[in-house]
Amino acid sequence: MSLATIRIPTPLRSLTAGAGEVAVRAATVRAALEELERRHPGVLARVLDERGETRGFVNIFLGDTNVKQLGGLDATVNGAAVISIVPAVAGGAP
Amino acid sequence: MSARERRIAELRRSLPEIAPREALRLQRQGAALIDVREPDEVAQGSPAGALRIVRGFLELSVEEEVPDLARPVLTLCAGGLRSLFAAHDLRELGYRDVRSIAGGFGAWKRAGLPVEVPRVLDQEQRERYGRHLAIPEVGEAGQVRLLESKVLLVGAGGLGSPAALYLAAAGVGTLGIVDDDVVDRSNLQRQVLHADARVGQPKVDSARQTLEALNPAVRVVPHRVRLDRTNVEQILAGHDVVVDGADNFPTRYLVNDACVKLRLPNVHASVYRFEGQLSVFWPARPTAAGPCYRCLYPEPPPPELAPSCAEAGVLGVLPGVMGLLQAVETIKLLVGVGQPLVGRLLQYDALSQRFTSLKLERDPDCRYCADGVPFPGYVDYERSCVPPAVAETR
Repeated sequence: MSLATIRIPTPLRSLTAGAGEVAVRAATVRAALEELERRHPGVLARVLDERGETRGFVNIFLGDTNVKQLGGLDATVNGAAVISIVPAVAGGAP
Repeated sequence: MSARERRIAELRRSLPEIAPREALRLQRQGAALIDVREPDEVAQGSPAGALRIVRGFLELSVEEEVPDLARPVLTLCAGGLRSLFAAHDLRELGYRDVRSIAGGFGAWKRAGLPVEVPRVLDQEQRERYGRHLAIPEVGEAGQVRLLESKVLLVGAGGLGSPAALYLAAAGVGTLGIVDDDVVDRSNLQRQVLHADARVGQPKVDSARQTLEALNPAVRVVPHRVRLDRTNVEQILAGHDVVVDGADNFPTRYLVNDACVKLRLPNVHASVYRFEGQLSVFWPARPTAAGPCYRCLYPEPPPPELAPSCAEAGVLGVLPGVMGLLQAVETIKLLVGVGQPLVGRLLQYDALSQRFTSLKLERDPDCRYCADGVPFPGYVDYERSCVPPAVAETR
């Protein structure tokens, strides 16, 4: 199990009690996100669909690489990793 | 015999002179032909394909253009005298094979050899863009490219304002601006193109007023419309770069899809509170093609999953930072210098003052930009976030 830091984008921080980063211990990206959901219930529904796959308007990066390039959410987390949740943002400020 | 005549005679004895027709033959074999005349002379015409370095900067600048001291060099002036002095200086500098073209540009023209009229800057432009001309990576050729460029700004708001100001200041020749909105007082916290006295005026008119005051030579083309599937392609076509500073998903997807179809680079930025994202989406890039917006985000979020309107807001200076980065990328693309932000997403977090660069790959199954797929058509997505209190304030 590695210590990973999950970076929470601003639009989701209302679901993480305002936290911009959440540190979790996990062996894979999926396990890290599940641990995030345990701590902050409801956040994962904005990131993953009913089948547990990344939604079309969100990307998950492990370090600087999209997990799509690493075989998906079951990519292994090694060492002190940073997991970034990167959603599509419309603004401009309406 | 005057000192001048004595010196010219000495140079003629020690330096080879060459007839224009022979010079053309050597140029075609790879020799560098350097026109050392002054800009106002060159503006009337110059040998096709010549390098143009005024005599006063010859020794200082020539190595940037001709790094190989073994490459044959031919110098040219109006009548063949200044080019003798120039040839002498270049030989002193270390160029081993230097010849002066006898009779200069006059003889060149009389021989009917190929001439071009290079686009050169006038005195006012030299003054205005002097700090660009001092950068070798931009220089006169780069400035001329900027002056001949056409950029379309989608949105004259928080992102478009700073981008438009700096693109106009840089001398981008034509700036098209698309915005159907009017200036609202709540815009002025960040939309620095506009002014308190112009609240209620169309943003495109307010933008034109500011930009023409900054640089009267820039041609501002206002499009006071909302982009939709019927007009997007016609408005974007003919530009060199599109700068996406929209504030809503329907417009962003239209802009992306039209850029894919028209093969244009799409300089994209978006902001939310203290965070920004920046990338250049350009699947048609001639070398090292990059992804489009849909490779990253195939579909916009449904309204119930988009950030709620109540949360919408942005630190005023944040779109300033991101819009300026869009201007930087645009100028790099137009001049052709540096590494554009193609295949990378730059994230900016103002609170931690941190930039993060993420790698973006093309989606080989992208419905819009995958190789060989027919264009699937434009989509007018439903606007997902139009709260009455702020709907008119983008």
